Amino acid sequence: MIGRLSIGIIALVLGAMLLCGAVSAEKVDTLGEHSEDRLLIATTTSLDATKLLDLLEEKFKEDTGVNVEHVAVGTGMALEIARNCDADVVMVHDRVAEDKFIDEGFGVDRRVIGYNYFLLVGPENDPAKVSGLNGTAAFMAIEDAAESDPSVVFVSRGDASGTHSREKLLWKWGGYDYADINVSPWYREAGAGMGQTLTMTDELQGYTLSDSASWGTYESNLSLVPLVENDEKFLNVYAVMRVNDETCPDVNTDAAKKWINFMISDEVQDILSTYGVEKNGVPYFSPGRGSADVMGVTDEETKDPVV
Amino acid sequence: MNDLLTGVQTAFELILAADPEVITITLTTLRITFSSVLIGTLISIPLGAAITFREFRGKKTLISIIQTLYALPTVIVGLLCYMVLSRSGPLGDLKWLFTPNGMIFGQTILIIPIMAGLTIAALQAIDPIITDTIRSLGATRLQFLKSHLREARFAIMAAVIVGFSRAISEVGTAIMIGGNIKGHTRVLTTAISLQTSMGNFNLSLALGIILLAIALIINLIMGFVQNR
Repeated sequence: MIGRLSIGIIALVLGAMLLCGAVSAEKVDTLGEHSEDRLLIATTTSLDATKLLDLLEEKFKEDTGVNVEHVAVGTGMALEIARNCDADVVMVHDRVAEDKFIDEGFGVDRRVIGYNYFLLVGPENDPAKVSGLNGTAAFMAIEDAAESDPSVVFVSRGDASGTHSREKLLWKWGGYDYADINVSPWYREAGAGMGQTLTMTDELQGYTLSDSASWGTYESNLSLVPLVENDEKFLNVYAVMRVNDETCPDVNTDAAKKWINFMISDEVQDILSTYGVEKNGVPYFSPGRGSADVMGVTDEETKDPVV
Repeated sequence: MNDLLTGVQTAFELILAADPEVITITLTTLRITFSSVLIGTLISIPLGAAITFREFRGKKTLISIIQTLYALPTVIVGLLCYMVLSRSGPLGDLKWLFTPNGMIFGQTILIIPIMAGLTIAALQAIDPIITDTIRSLGATRLQFLKSHLREARFAIMAAVIVGFSRAISEVGTAIMIGGNIKGHTRVLTTAISLQTSMGNFNLSLALGIILLAIALIINLIMGFVQNR
């Protein structure tokens, strides 16, 4: 038979495992299951990158006792997770996809919480000479230059994210068929989050469309520079909505409504108006409050509490 | 090389400073990996023994399939388990998606093929003379099993170590089922993935070194037990 000492050691290891389980369970404050009051948000990497959500989740927990967690994936995947009833709330930045989500009956009570702008970043030497052009013209210049200059490369998120959707629209507004752009030799579809896409763009010394919050987070690691900013075609609006309890009966509707109202509350809108100034120089987001015109949405969507 | 050395340095700094986030991530990793290895072993070894010592039609095919499953991409296991655990899926009522329990579920499924398959290989490698001897000594079913497991114990322990290694090192399942939620389902591998995508290579390397250190400790313990 196996010796006593071996049994002793195995027992020790098992004991250590259980101890780990107990200690981590304390830290994790549930035993790996949903605690009764838990809110799960499916959101985008661009919102997660700034750690804003971590901050707001802590505040919300203090105010209401609800444990909030979020998974940060591309907008497309966030909406898909919500369609499967695996999240209570979605926070994304793709108006067209959101509209579809609402029309399909999955999303309700959308409120717009803030905005910033995408920006076109690229190599310092700017071979396509986009600096100073407006958004659409810049994309056209890239396509033009890429035909003759092999050093001109465009890197796409390629992941059904809000940023990817906007990039596709910009090509469309430039008069191109995205299917053609997609297979061009100078076009690289990364299929990745913003951080990874930016890193890749840096390595390739190419151009890419970034959201400004992610850019602010990662730029110190990169040699790329912002070339086109604050163009009206680069407007990036973030919205929150809850998953419809008629299509998904198990969602935490109560907490979801509280979260939406929390996001449009003066308290949070105030936080948004200055969040990121220390690290980034300028706030990552502009609050949605009072900016319905800028964002092209109704006033109600920026401030009417959900009942 | 420079980055690698800085990575080692960062690893020590993190451990010595007892960085709370790293501690949480490490504890979560240990809890999930150990649980899945424990449950996986309890399922795989009997399963492997049952398959080895019974004769039935399609036995060779079954073993072939099990071996083929060694090559299951972790992200596919993640995806399949996601579909099962999703609220719109068959086990949705368990509410295990995006929780450590779900990750344990997924990792256990991931490592069962490899642990069962290697158990079968271990048992099949036993000299048939020994099997005949045991049978002729009139062993009961239980004695038969115990003595064979004992004969093959080194190879079976190796199977468990391989299972542990696959569990602790995989990313695909952990990310798909766990969602890499900070403080809840973030484990060493998913944290490494995140830090890498953010360009924080030093931190990624440091976390990788911590992971290897854990594996080393486990292997030292296992080696000690094996030598008794």
